[in-house]
Amino acid sequence: MEDRYILETRNIVKHFPGVLANDNVSISIREGEIHSIIGENGAGKTTLMNIIYGLIRPEKGRILLRGKEVNISSPAVAIKLGIGMVHQHFMLVPPFTVWENIILGKEITKRGGLDRDSIYSELKKLIDDYKFNIPLDEKVENLPVGIAQKVELIKLLYRGAEVLILDEPTALLVPQEVEELFETLYALKSQGKTIIFISHKLKEVLRISDRITVMRKGRVVGELDRDKADEKTLAQLMIGKTLEPIQSVVSNRQEEILRLEDIKLPPKLKQVSLSLYRGEILGLAGVEGNGQKELLDIITGLTLPEDGRIFFANKEVHHIDPRMIREMGIGFIPEDRQVMGLILDFSVAENIILGRHYKPPYSIRNRLNLPVIYRDAKEIVERYDIRTSSIYKAVRFLSGGNQQKVILGRELSFDPLVLVASQPTRGLDIGATEMIHSLLLEAKRNGMAILLHSSDLDEIMSLSDRIAVMYEGEIVGVFSPKEVDETLLGLYMTGVRRD
Amino acid sequence: MTRRTIISILAPLLAVILAFLVGAVVIVFLGQNPFYVYRVLFSNSITNIDGWGYVLFNATPFIFSGLAVALAFKGGLFNIGVEGQIYMGAFAAAWIGITVNLHPILEIPLALIFGMLIGGLWGFIPGILKARFGAHEVINTIMLNFIAMALTNYLVNNPFKEQGQINPIPQTKELYSGAIIPRVYPLFNRLGIKMSPSVPLNYTFFLALAFCFLTWYLLERSRWGYEIKAVGLNPKASRYGGIKPEFIIVLTMFLSGALGGLGGINDVMGYRYRFLDGFSHGIGFTGIAVALLGKSNPIGIIFASILFGILDRGALAMDVFTNTPRELIQVIQAIIIIFVAIGNELIFRLLIRLERERE
Repeated sequence: MEDRYILETRNIVKHFPGVLANDNVSISIREGEIHSIIGENGAGKTTLMNIIYGLIRPEKGRILLRGKEVNISSPAVAIKLGIGMVHQHFMLVPPFTVWENIILGKEITKRGGLDRDSIYSELKKLIDDYKFNIPLDEKVENLPVGIAQKVELIKLLYRGAEVLILDEPTALLVPQEVEELFETLYALKSQGKTIIFISHKLKEVLRISDRITVMRKGRVVGELDRDKADEKTLAQLMIGKTLEPIQSVVSNRQEEILRLEDIKLPPKLKQVSLSLYRGEILGLAGVEGNGQKELLDIITGLTLPEDGRIFFANKEVHHIDPRMIREMGIGFIPEDRQVMGLILDFSVAENIILGRHYKPPYSIRNRLNLPVIYRDAKEIVERYDIRTSSIYKAVRFLSGGNQQKVILGRELSFDPLVLVASQPTRGLDIGATEMIHSLLLEAKRNGMAILLHSSDLDEIMSLSDRIAVMYEGEIVGVFSPKEVDETLLGLYMTGVRRD
Repeated sequence: MTRRTIISILAPLLAVILAFLVGAVVIVFLGQNPFYVYRVLFSNSITNIDGWGYVLFNATPFIFSGLAVALAFKGGLFNIGVEGQIYMGAFAAAWIGITVNLHPILEIPLALIFGMLIGGLWGFIPGILKARFGAHEVINTIMLNFIAMALTNYLVNNPFKEQGQINPIPQTKELYSGAIIPRVYPLFNRLGIKMSPSVPLNYTFFLALAFCFLTWYLLERSRWGYEIKAVGLNPKASRYGGIKPEFIIVLTMFLSGALGGLGGINDVMGYRYRFLDGFSHGIGFTGIAVALLGKSNPIGIIFASILFGILDRGALAMDVFTNTPRELIQVIQAIIIIFVAIGNELIFRLLIRLERERE
């Protein structure tokens, strides 16, 4: 079969503040194939797709459609050219019925009103052609995720899409729904449609794809035919090898401080048992969405597990809530610093006392002790090198790195026994990242137990004394960083191997 | 003063001036002379002591209702139910006043506290519905307004109706003297400020000022105010910070309702000495405008209340002395609100840009 490319990108370059999201990205998609684009979070897959779909303009580079250069300035242009995209988060109107959602924006009208007969016959034909099984008159809010996703697909077909981009389509699906989706995709392929499938689940990718493009840190690092690919090579390509020498880790692990026994929170957490020791950093690795967030929310008291026991310093704790967690001596650096970690319109000083604002020395008989609050805030701003013109300034106006330092200063300054750090350096520049790394290592040396959750494997590998890998709500392996490399971790993270 | 404070004072001021300019255009279209109309409006309100007395008397209930709206707003809640809380609180206070006969030192606080409790209950209900079931407080406070009006209307028409009298509007019997809040003119006259005995300004005004201070203290100096503002700005981060947003929502609505419950005291205990059916005529809704114009700041609320007091007083004079209908005052009030609403948004953007440039 001759190579007929329906869609090509040539040397796409796109920066975001502090990140090179796409670095000379060139991909080629053949007509009528299912082409997977894989890579870790932040590898630049979604950015590239958003550029192809006209949501983002690249700084450099060209897009070719059937060999001819096109200028995709908006999603409307993309749709006109026959390119459609199903986003991770559906773009549907929940209280509308299925058919209303499908025609929205491209209504067939007769004398100013909707021409229901024509709409129905056209939609029926589409549904029959692709063997969809969808109730047209059901409201979208009543549909399971898998069906809602099909509505998104039909929406694109109704608009005449030839190239269908699916961004992590299986992320929200249960296994049976994945099977159905794959059948649908095969049906689409047999009708001559081209499908771009974005994922980081290697098993799925190997099942569905004709060809696979691997991206890492904004670059294309490999393009393989299905029969030349296996999970190991893909994982290796996806994660890459670290070139930097791993920081020497002095482990002075002491007594156990936190123990989880058979923690369950279906559907995300199947069963997790975990011990954390003083003076160690336990790295929690895993592809996002495999239960890490739920696990951390349970440890920090934000959600209650359905089952299981939690021991702190060998004493079982019941009915935990965030205030009690702090009182016990657990600090928490949440993943989403602007939503969870900070109150953006509160001042630096007000944010620094959050969590301890209700008790002495910050509140005395429910009265805020402002002199002490301001004194401590100034001290923390100085000690953690938080760049702000004053402690009265709203944290909204601080840079991301300085916002994170406010959180870190707050959580470290009360000398917790345990620190739960989730994505502590995500989106930060090198300087702030290094400072946060050295603060974590120093805290560990002083006997703190740190649970470090990060999607940056380099960070996990270089800081951790032990690494626990989560996959589909379970811990599938615990390693010393000396006995594993990233390829092996990648196999565990993608569910290929487990202990 | 920081640039931020200066801007936040100038913005509402500008809105008021613009509103009067637009009002002047409307007056011209009505075939009247705006200079004359505005002179009448102001000369009868703020150019003499008695006029000021009426203005402050008018402003008193607005201070309470404005504080009630502002407190809820700081907690991220829209208390549209102040009107209902006023009726419930006022009736509760009046009930103490007509059933208990004690020395004023005991009876006035008793009536006030009972009024606050019942007003607070009328805020607590939508608060608990929101915290427990996520029911939107706007809907429930509006609905509770109707219930409060209907309930007090029933009570004042049936069990508590004044007997042996034919009144155009149903009312309760007069409060015992222990529940009466006295007028201030004797004090003013003793201080050498001549105020006529017909001026209804009474000590409720000073009570309102005291509650401005208390609200400021609660919000800016107490741990509870910190938690209320935290939940209002970011409930997720508040929960992470060990605050229970559900509890704070209920607390905020209760306190807001309690402040609202005092909105009718000026009329019931300081002016008519009885509960008159439907006496409020929208004090609670004006409170929304007052809180908006005063930027939910207790000091700002005092000034905004005085402005609305001036407009109310001036409306009466305009009706009597000019051919301009008093409804014009409502037009001006509405325009002020619109300009403030637009101004807030513009100023917020301006501030953000200024701060970003300084970084």
